[in-house]
Amino acid sequence: MSEMDDMDEGSGIIKKFMFLNRKAPHGTVYALEGLEVVLITAAFDQDVSMVFTDDGVYQLIKGVDTKGIEVKDFSKTYRALDGYDIEKLYVDQKSMDARGLTEEDLIVDVTVLSVDEMANLMAEQDIVISF
Amino acid sequence: MLHIVNKSATERGSLESCLAMATKGSAVLLIEDAVYAVTKGGTAAAKIQAAAADLKIYALGPDLAARGMSGRVLDGVNVVDYGGFVDLVAEHNSCQSWL
Repeated sequence: MSEMDDMDEGSGIIKKFMFLNRKAPHGTVYALEGLEVVLITAAFDQDVSMVFTDDGVYQLIKGVDTKGIEVKDFSKTYRALDGYDIEKLYVDQKSMDARGLTEEDLIVDVTVLSVDEMANLMAEQDIVISF
Repeated sequence: MLHIVNKSATERGSLESCLAMATKGSAVLLIEDAVYAVTKGGTAAAKIQAAAADLKIYALGPDLAARGMSGRVLDGVNVVDYGGFVDLVAEHNSCQSWL
């Protein structure tokens, strides 16, 4: 029997994964690559949290039009995360405030956390992957 | 001189270095992730508004649009398209890119 069969029988271990997104979209490839990795992870039925801090909060802004710079608009993909059972999306209050942003500016529903709450969330993870 | 900045002011210090070095009458063009600096409510907004007294501040429109920021641009900032970018380079004797 292969390892894959063992996983299918539900014997796989579920770990707590945090994907920490700290970069603005488009200027670097981090945001898009991070999103791709999250979608792959979703296929393995893990406990996934997606966190947006610092310039990472810019990834979730509404009203994006990328035609002028001729790159893919991946902002709508954040809306599809729900369909992959990735429902734990968190943003950092301090990062939002520093950029003049509110929840109404974002393309998806998120939980806004204080720095202390964010620190606790990070501390309870098994694995943190940073983009 | 035309100064060009392409990094986010909340991640790197290149905008601050640029504004410290840019002399009166110079032009500063913000592109790519640097365009967030000219949006309302951010920490860089006050710096940009203070700098606009002595400098001409430009931001690249397609980069603002791609980041959902077209509707949030500070007063006094000139939004240009790619043709405007070319004109700025042509109009100035020299360019400094703050990489």
